[in-house]
Parts: sequence; C-alpha cells; structure tokens
Amino acid sequence: MRKYTPKNNVQGKAKYTDRFWVAPRVPHESVEADGHFAAVHRHVGQKVEILDAYVELGQLVIHIRPEDNIAALEVLKNTCDYAMCSELSAIDYLAQDGEFEVFYQLLNLKKAKRVRILTRIKENQAIESIVPLYAMANFAEREMYDMFGIQVNNHPYLKRIIMPDDWVGHPLRKTYPLQGDEHAAWYEVDKIFGKEYRDIIGPENRDPGHIDRYDSQRFSRVGYEVPFGVDVTEGEAEQPIEYSKQILVDYTRGSEVLDTRK
Amino acid sequence: MQQPNKLKPFFENLNFERDDNTMVINFGPQHPSAHGQLRLILELEGEKVVKAHPDIGYLHRGVEKMAENMIYNEFLPTTDRLDYIASTSNNYAFALAVERLIGLEVPRRAQVIRTMLLELNRIMSHLFFLATHALDVGAMSIFLYAFREREFAMDLVEDYCGARLTHSAVRIGGVPLDLPGGWLEQLSTYLDNLPEQIQLYEDLLTENRIWKMRLEDVGVVTPEDALNWGCTGPMLRGSGIAYDIRKEEPYELYGELDFDIPVSDRNDSYGRYRLYMEEMKESIRILRQLITMYPKTEPQIMAHNPRYISAPKEEIMTQNYALMQHFVLVTQGMRPPRGTVYVPTESPKGELGFFIRSEGEPYAYRLKIRAPSFFHAGVLQHILPGTYLADVVAIIGNTNIVFGEIDR
Repeated sequence: MRKYTPKNNVQGKAKYTDRFWVAPRVPHESVEADGHFAAVHRHVGQKVEILDAYVELGQLVIHIRPEDNIAALEVLKNTCDYAMCSELSAIDYLAQDGEFEVFYQLLNLKKAKRVRILTRIKENQAIESIVPLYAMANFAEREMYDMFGIQVNNHPYLKRIIMPDDWVGHPLRKTYPLQGDEHAAWYEVDKIFGKEYRDIIGPENRDPGHIDRYDSQRFSRVGYEVPFGVDVTEGEAEQPIEYSKQILVDYTRGSEVLDTRK
Repeated sequence: MQQPNKLKPFFENLNFERDDNTMVINFGPQHPSAHGQLRLILELEGEKVVKAHPDIGYLHRGVEKMAENMIYNEFLPTTDRLDYIASTSNNYAFALAVERLIGLEVPRRAQVIRTMLLELNRIMSHLFFLATHALDVGAMSIFLYAFREREFAMDLVEDYCGARLTHSAVRIGGVPLDLPGGWLEQLSTYLDNLPEQIQLYEDLLTENRIWKMRLEDVGVVTPEDALNWGCTGPMLRGSGIAYDIRKEEPYELYGELDFDIPVSDRNDSYGRYRLYMEEMKESIRILRQLITMYPKTEPQIMAHNPRYISAPKEEIMTQNYALMQHFVLVTQGMRPPRGTVYVPTESPKGELGFFIRSEGEPYAYRLKIRAPSFFHAGVLQHILPGTYLADVVAIIGNTNIVFGEIDR
C-alpha cells in the first residue's frame, strides 16, 4: 500500500528521520530563579489561573485560559509595568489538537524583561481583542484573523489586512498548501473575467522558459516568423531567411548604403 | 473578451461622494512618496485629514509560509527580501534567533565582522532614509549627496560579500568569509570621510527654514502613543523613551562597545530626523572601535558544532566524517531542539524580532517576523488625522517604513 499523506498538514516535512530520533527540548527553568519573574508570576496568579509557567531562554512563559487574556494582560500592563506588546499571533496546532496557540509577547522597558503569554483556543472559538490595552493589536489581530481565520471579539475593524478582502482561505494554516489552492490559482481570472473564462484562458504557466509553439500572439516563439494572431496549428509556411541589402551592411568594406546616407 | 461589468475598481465599498463636506481620496499604492506599496484612504475636510485608513499587503509574498517549508539555512537568503534597505540586519536577526534556540556560541572574529556589517547597514539605511525623506519634502540635492555616500558603503559590503542589496552576509553560526585584504583600511577611509558628509547634510537641513517648517510639530507621536502602538527604534526614542535593544538587551559585541543612545523629546518629525543623524555618528564611533578589535581575534569565523553547523571547507574536503555531517546538514537540514524563542534585535528601523517555534524538525513549525515597519504603518491611522494633506507625505517618509517587511 502506498504511503498515506495527511491532508491536515501539507507543509514541508523532514525527508528522513532516524527511527530512534528523539528531539531534545530547550531547557525550562523555574520561575523562582529570577526575582522579577517570580513577582510577575505571583501578580498574574492572583488574578487568573495559571496553567503552566517557566522561564525559557531568559523569557517568562505563562500559559493561561483564553477567556482570561484581558485580565492577565491588564495585570501585566498596570501592575508589572509591561508597557509594550511587541507581537501577537497564533500557531496552528489543528492537526494535532484541533487548537490554535495564541501568543502575546510583552516587554517591560524599565527592567528590559520580556514575558510571553500563551493560550490555546479551539478552531471556531473567538478570542477577546486586546486593543483597549495595547493599540498595536489593531493591526496584529487583523493579521492573525487574516492568516489563521481566528475571530477576535470587539475588535474595532476586523477585516483582512494582507490578503484581499475576497480571498478564500487562511494562508498560514497548515492545511493551506505553499503553492496556494484552487481559488488562489484562479483568483485574477475569476475576479476580472469570471469563472466561465477559466477554460478559455487556461491555467497560469509558471515556467519562465516556456514557449508555446502554436502561440502567434506573444513575443517569443520557435519556428518561422508568422503574422500576428495567425493560426499555426497546421504548421507554418516554410520561409527562407531573407537578407536585405538595406539592413545588412558590410562594415569592413565601404558600404553603398552608408555612403548614400552620408 | 473582457466583460466590463466584471472589472470593477477595488475600492467599490467606498463612497467617494459624501453628504457632508468630506472628500475621500485614494493615496497610493503607486504613489512615488508612499515608499513602496502603501495605499492610504484619506478622508479630507478641506485640506485637513479627518480619517486615515492604511491599506497594506500589496507586496505580500508569504515569507512566513515559506519559512515553514524550508530548512533553516535555506530560509536565510529569503530574509534579505524583508528590509531590503539593510538586509544584513534581517539575516542577522534570523541567524541570532536560531543560534539562541540551539545555544550556539559564535567565534569572536565572526562577531566583530557581524557587528561591523550591522552598523554599516545602519549607516546605509539611515542615509537612504535621509535621501528619500528629503526628496519627499523637496530637497533634491540631499538625495544625491546621501546616495553618493550610500554607494561607498554598498561598495564596501560588495567587496565583502559580493552583493549590494541582498547581502546574505551572515550565516547561522558565524560568517561565511573573512574580511578581504585592505577592507579595514577602506572602511576607515570611509569613516574618515563620512562625518564631513553628515556635517554637510546637517548644514543643508538642520537650520533650513523650509525643512524646519515642514518637519517641526508634524507627525507628533506622544510617548503614550508610541508605547501603545508598538513603535520602536527612532520612533520610540523620538518620543523621549530611551530604549535601544543594543544597550538594554545587548547582543553580539554591543555589551563591550562604548556608544550613546540619542534621544529626542520633541515627539515630532524634526526630532526624529535629528536622531537619525546622531545615530549615524554613533555608528561611526562603534565601527572605529570594531576596527581596533578585529586584529586581536583568532581567525576562526564559523562556530564548531558538528550537530548543527557544517565543518570548514578544508575539513569537508579532507575528512570523511566532516563530509558526512555536511551532507546530512545540507540534504536534511539542522534540527534545533523543541522550544520557542523570541529574539529582538535593533534593526535600523526599530525592533526586528524573530519568533521561532521549533518542534525538533528541520523546518520551523512557526516563524513570526516582528517587523518594526508593520507597526509604524499601523500608527499612521492614529497620527495622520488632524494633519494637513501636504504633511502626509512628510510623515510617511519620516516613519521610515519599508514594505518588504510590512507585507512580508
């Protein structure tokens, strides 16, 4: 039986993996190791339930429930001085767990410390917008919605930001192929001419070296020169290559044409 | 063949004729002062902007998607195409993120070369900013002067790595090449000439009446707004908040170098322009220190870690095991440990961060690029209302946004 290829994750995968290979993990340190992080952990823990917390590569990581995201970020912003949210986005774990992981990357400018808040939501679960706390989320959450299709509640303007408004699918999902899906391949044709023109126009040829022998409308073709738009499917008329005295000038000897032009 | 009813303008959802007095105009995406493919939908009341709606995505190439389908070393040249004005800063930010993930120590000579390239890129980027910004505002001669100096910097980078714009001059684990002979002398000649040139720009602009009228109190970003909207780099320091990642969270050799962080509390475009000029002078200072550091280093330029990094070429050509390792690393790719890393670096535009989630595979499970320009484009919708239409171009030029990294 040929190998089954999963459809829920069509991204690039390792060509070969040793049978006994176990990937090591980046070491997780205890929160108590750093005094500032311990205080942050305590403050957040008083407000919301912390599912897991550790220090990974010098940054505090806190796992919370998705409905607590506003409360946790409020504590971090107002009590712990995390004045800036550097980045927020999601990670697609639909194939494994049917969930998205949403992360908020926060920065304390006074102590130069960074905290990452992680939360997991189901595929069709919405998450509350953090725009009231950090206005940068205006663009970042729009991008998250655009790329993953995660609904954000109470966002001031939740529209696609990078892809066109009428795009089908969410490109950063693992189910979305790198080359794009059928809608992506026919996007311009469908939009400008209509679906019925797909057969007439034909699929896009992405080979830059491609030359169509029977195409007499475009610039480059193989074979004899033919008038524009002539049907050459039956083969074009064989023409000898014509040399013209007017054009071909022998520069080594004195040329009549050049002499007359002078 | 074409059906006229199918081809509609893209802004069909906009009503251009309003009952009230406002007018909606469409700025870009082909506007020469939009610094790329920025489209702004502006609602005007007379000449005053009432509402601004930045529309981005015209340069989207799916870089983050590509990162999920490439091995780490394969992705590195793609990062050139993010901030194509200073591409080494992107290469470096990505390489640093992967190095932090696998816990790699880079040899000192590679660190010196990398820091040199980063600062040279900063100068190139700032000169480009000055040139285009001045051109937008109307000072054509500055454009020519600044581009001349930028060409010399690009020649230096070309002498090092062979490319002018898409450098790929940094590798994961070090740098691919040592500096060519005579490069440091050329660099110091360049550094000797540059302050004079910067002085020329400042003489032309700083006290220039028109320049001041166009920039002073234009594009005001208060400190609260800067923090709230995720402004970083000169946009943040132009609002009086002295936060430079090179100083606060030092990476590479910045911890050992002696340099200052220029800050302006003017909050406006003029203050930011002054910052850019001062930052170029600081970069010259840093480069001068690096030139003296270079001769004291050992010749090794790539980290030695056979699990992740290929051996030097001589070893690959002479030793069987090094060749096997190299073969595995090229065909299968390195497998960093499972884990997440977010590494911020101070690119010329602001905080450029790479967020990498690794699942122990040769492909990144998720790679998010925190591009400073993305958030600087976002803040436009907040700072443009209330300004005049003529200032819009000045503000866009002053935010120094690059669409390669906004749309990714």
